[in-house]
Amino acid sequence: MPLSAQPAGSAEPYVLAASLDNARHLSSLLRAVHFQDHATCFATANGLRVTVEDAKCIQANAFIQAEIFQEYTVQEESVTFRINLSVLLDCLTIFGTSSLPGTSTALRMCYRGYGYPLMLLLEEGGVVTVCKINTQEPDELLDFDFCSTKVVNKIILQSEGLREAFAELDMTSEVLQITMSPDKPYFRLSTFGNAGSAHLDYPRDSDLMEAFHCNQTQTNRYKISLLKPSTKALALSCKVSIRTDAQGFLSLQYMIRNEDGQICFVEYYCCPDENITEAEL
Amino acid sequence: LSRIGDELYLEPTESGLSLRAVNSSRSAFASFLFAPLFFQLYEPGGRQPSRELVRCKVLMKSFLGVFRSLPSLEKTVGKCLILLKPRANRLVVQLHCKYGVTKTHNLAFQECELLQAVFDTQGCASSLCAPARVLSEAVVHFPQTLAEVTLGAGPGGKISLRNYVEDEAAPSKTMVTELRLAEDEFQTVAVTPGSRITFCLKEFRGLLTFAEASNLPLTIHYDAPGRPVVFTLEDTVLEVHLVLATLSDPESELQPPTANGASHLPAPSDDFADDLESYMIAMETSTYDDGPSGVPPSPTFPLRTPRPAESDPEEEEEEEEEGAVPGTPPHKKFRSLFFGSVLTPGGASPAPTQEVLAEDSDGEN
Repeated sequence: MPLSAQPAGSAEPYVLAASLDNARHLSSLLRAVHFQDHATCFATANGLRVTVEDAKCIQANAFIQAEIFQEYTVQEESVTFRINLSVLLDCLTIFGTSSLPGTSTALRMCYRGYGYPLMLLLEEGGVVTVCKINTQEPDELLDFDFCSTKVVNKIILQSEGLREAFAELDMTSEVLQITMSPDKPYFRLSTFGNAGSAHLDYPRDSDLMEAFHCNQTQTNRYKISLLKPSTKALALSCKVSIRTDAQGFLSLQYMIRNEDGQICFVEYYCCPDENITEAEL
Repeated sequence: LSRIGDELYLEPTESGLSLRAVNSSRSAFASFLFAPLFFQLYEPGGRQPSRELVRCKVLMKSFLGVFRSLPSLEKTVGKCLILLKPRANRLVVQLHCKYGVTKTHNLAFQECELLQAVFDTQGCASSLCAPARVLSEAVVHFPQTLAEVTLGAGPGGKISLRNYVEDEAAPSKTMVTELRLAEDEFQTVAVTPGSRITFCLKEFRGLLTFAEASNLPLTIHYDAPGRPVVFTLEDTVLEVHLVLATLSDPESELQPPTANGASHLPAPSDDFADDLESYMIAMETSTYDDGPSGVPPSPTFPLRTPRPAESDPEEEEEEEEEGAVPGTPPHKKFRSLFFGSVLTPGGASPAPTQEVLAEDSDGEN
């Protein structure tokens, strides 16, 4: 059922208008970055980017390319607004979160521009819901300045190997220590909790390892509470790329395949807790 | 073992690795002895067999945390390596998993005294042996919240299980469930007719779950009420004992003696009566006592090695646990198990190698 949100003869076009046959393609990705109530949406001709930040140390981005949408138009060069992500997710999943085969919620998203609310039209089984969510001034976002040329160590792993590890991380530890090295232990995740320390080692020749490019031994610590939300993205993804730069900034990029087989990306950037250059046990 | 105590005692011996636990009121003790054959490699003394064997205890929670998800463990873990590193103060548990992944856990441990309940299955008047399934199916009829159950040998050879009801409770308000099992359900029956014992169900259920999973027959040895009941599981590489205190018969209650009670514990709440000092000896060194009072060794009584508990009539006496005692069950007249302590020669308590979590605030005598 085509949802026309632009009434014929309307003088004000929407700066952003998009249609999606299956709202889950959007909601599942947004859930993977939902660790704060507010998010900044950034729409360009290429697609939609939703950014969530915390403590000025961590940033998560969900990318939904224009190709994922059945219809996608952006009238201005870029459209930016801040929105309550919890409310947005509640609206997108207003017909329930259980994914019954054959049923899907159709979505039409419209935004008139600065000062206007974001309008969502959701339809499932003939029932239509209209939601209007207030938008806010976009915040200034962190720029981690993480570019591929500055990457010191890079690993691409199949997510299957990390999922259980991340879900079972010892949360009594304040930090998650990541060691990447061209020599043993190659790739190690360590926690230091109440019971003692725990180390998870992945050898470079493991079947899980899709790519291993480590030039330098680096050990960095990150606040575990900041990284734990990335477990959601990990659970959805099939592959993850882990990269660090000279300052120890961490980039986690998750490749997510949706129900229709389309690829989307979620990435997490995190600042190191302390800078330790020697390998530490 | 986690159903019994909060700490896991590990004791490597020449005959295998023993894992033990005791509950806080000392009314339940369990040990699992894994013979060397159970392991691919078993080196109790490490690389230097002449080294003194170290025994230690770790927090049950920490140890269980290593083996968090059993189904995924079965699928992903190939080998498990357990190393005790006394100098680093760490118990290392290393899991070798699929895809070459290695999970290493370095757990903090504490050195401890030998934990051993004194019991003698040969000296027990009655014994029963049944497949674990029979007992599991019997026990399932009792509510999960039931604290104690009475096992009895009735006339005609029927074995009965009945929930234990406090005498004070109004008879009309309580529901009594009684289950009778025929002799032929058991593999062996050698019971004193009319004998009856009451013990705690919670720890027993824990053992039953294990017994069912391992498909081993369960043997029950018991004696008079008040004497501990011993449950045993055995196969070629594993020996399991669960010793539970039983409720003593109100009719045979005796006066607590004062023979060894000369030195009273200065503790505010008497977890153990003075007569207990003659055969209940502190487990741990002074830095890690459990319970509010702790039980410092009595100066009037020398520490001695465990011996069979059937001889001295003085030891048969009643021990009344007044007041609230942490653990199961608080207000019953359960007998504490007989514990002995085997000190390493020299008698000096080993210096704690771990940071002290809770300094014993009770002064020594």
